[in-house]
Amino acid sequence: MKSAIIVAVMAAVSALLRFLPFVVFRKRTPPYIAYLGRVLPPAIIGMLVVYCLKDVTVTAAPYGLPELIACLTVAAVQLWRRSSLWSILAGTAVYLVLVNAVF
Amino acid sequence: MTKQTIRAAFITSVPVLAGYIVLGIGFGILLRGAEYGVGWAAAMSALIYGGSMQYVGVGLLASGASIITTALTSFMVNARHLFYSISMIGVYKGAGRAKPYMIFALTDETYSLLCDGKVPEGADPTGYRFFVSLFNQCYWIIGGVLGNLLGAVLPSTAGVEFSMTALFVAAFTEQWRTTRDHLPALTGAGCTLLCLVLFGPENFLIPAMALITVVLTLLRGREEATA
Repeated sequence: MKSAIIVAVMAAVSALLRFLPFVVFRKRTPPYIAYLGRVLPPAIIGMLVVYCLKDVTVTAAPYGLPELIACLTVAAVQLWRRSSLWSILAGTAVYLVLVNAVF
Repeated sequence: MTKQTIRAAFITSVPVLAGYIVLGIGFGILLRGAEYGVGWAAAMSALIYGGSMQYVGVGLLASGASIITTALTSFMVNARHLFYSISMIGVYKGAGRAKPYMIFALTDETYSLLCDGKVPEGADPTGYRFFVSLFNQCYWIIGGVLGNLLGAVLPSTAGVEFSMTALFVAAFTEQWRTTRDHLPALTGAGCTLLCLVLFGPENFLIPAMALITVVLTLLRGREEATA
């Protein structure tokens, strides 16, 4: 019973955070919020990249090199093929080889 | 709903497939370790649907956390979703009956696939976004159930979770390539990096979001001055 309540609270708070902006600004979006809506996507994607790499250690071997090389691979393939399917595939493959066979 | 729309949504969702199955399996195994069965895994992935939230949630369940602790932790872990929703108000305008589900299913990964507002040629925008959201959640539930059921017998998938990082790096590169103003992207990455160094990997996300909001707000003056 207690576990069900904990799950329900997690679900409710998660949903609340997702729905709140849509409910608050459902009639009219103030210009400031519209501005944030415009500039936030690139900023959030930048934030998520850093967030994903937060546990990488750069002060001890392998100094975050597998992550760095794999991320550069993703960026390079993305610029070349312009397809996230290919860039993600290539980056993940490079990462798997690096962590399992090289470092 | 045309086949073409569903096919376009599936193709877009493929990069998330491997990552969500693998991360979902990780969650399922963790939950099994805390002695919660497959019903719990499926229910949590269906009702909460948030990667980091569910990982943290296993700890809350195992320790029998209070309602207050659970609510506060959920708020801290998922506060970034306020950001996603604010920036999707415009894109999801006019989504009709599919809109509540699309808002509910707006995870980091779904957000990064849909936030540019672009839709493949020939696909219905709302149907496309709805099915990308739905496919992604299916992968996530399947992963959680698999991990919970088969945990011990699955081969090691160490490293495959990097596909999620790769997804964000690809989205970052693509928006960099297609926009001229790189200040918002640099603001997001720079502020987060700064806060990571200052506050450490456990507590940096909330200060980072606050700092990003402040800097973007200050940059607004610049935009108006040059407009």
